[in-house]
Amino acid sequence: MFYGTDLTSRLMLGTAQYPSPRVLRDAIAASGAEVITVSLRREGPEGGAFRDILAASGCRVLPNTAGCHTAREAITTAQMARELFGTRWIKLEVIGHADTLQPDPFGLVEAARTLCADGFEVFPYTTEDLVVADRLVEAGCQVLMPWGAPIGSGQGLRHIDALRAMRAHFPGVALVVDAGIGAPSQAALAMELGYDAVLLNTAVARSLDPVAMARAFGQAVAAGQGAHKAGLMPPRDMGVASTPVFGMAELA
Amino acid sequence: MRIDLNGAPVETDAPTLAALIEERGHDAASVASALNGAFVPRTRRAATPLSHGARVELLTPMQGG
Repeated sequence: MFYGTDLTSRLMLGTAQYPSPRVLRDAIAASGAEVITVSLRREGPEGGAFRDILAASGCRVLPNTAGCHTAREAITTAQMARELFGTRWIKLEVIGHADTLQPDPFGLVEAARTLCADGFEVFPYTTEDLVVADRLVEAGCQVLMPWGAPIGSGQGLRHIDALRAMRAHFPGVALVVDAGIGAPSQAALAMELGYDAVLLNTAVARSLDPVAMARAFGQAVAAGQGAHKAGLMPPRDMGVASTPVFGMAELA
Repeated sequence: MRIDLNGAPVETDAPTLAALIEERGHDAASVASALNGAFVPRTRRAATPLSHGARVELLTPMQGG
């Protein structure tokens, strides 16, 4: 559950960098995503067309605070987004490092505290750091979104053991791998770990065929979710024959 | 007076934020507003005066990840 909202599709899709508005629209539909992320920016030439796509998609909108480097900027952006989109959901990003786009955990926790107290339902973009995650939960966050790898890098789950530890540490919190996923197999892996959703953008938008890739990601996320529910077998050190020995002919 | 609107210098006689939004031809419901870095709710725009050097941001939904 994401602040009381259940989602059938556990793929959350970003709306930036698509080759055209039409491809964006078709990719959203092909992905099966029920949540799409958007930003707030100064009005551009295609603003009207974009708003039409949002409305027509039927998706729940998760506005972000992308590009903000301080808690204050992020809080103001969140307040503007709440009015514009009529939602309490906010994807909280407070960027701390220019090269890695790593979140600033101090600004993030500060902004999360203010926004949660103000009635926002915060989806914080964070690292796998368990102490920061604890502080975010204390601040009132019911969702945590650790990165898989730096935004837009397509490197997948760089610290898989840390993500596994996070899942184990926060059994009651909705966890979303946000950022860094480059391939459907990586999205499936996040879901197999027991994550509740994945959020991605570049891997779809920058592929050769974003509509087909959006579909592939939707299928991978569903497969990973199904596999986790079904209960994966534990790995073994040695080979164990799967075909029974009973009834085997003597041919030697 | 001279103000700063979305990062560009603008000459305006609009006495309030609401008047500025109307003067610039924006649909009041499809922009969110901030004055000098602080959010100004739609309902408070008409009561928010502008002064020389004010920094106004008018934002709309755009693509994002």
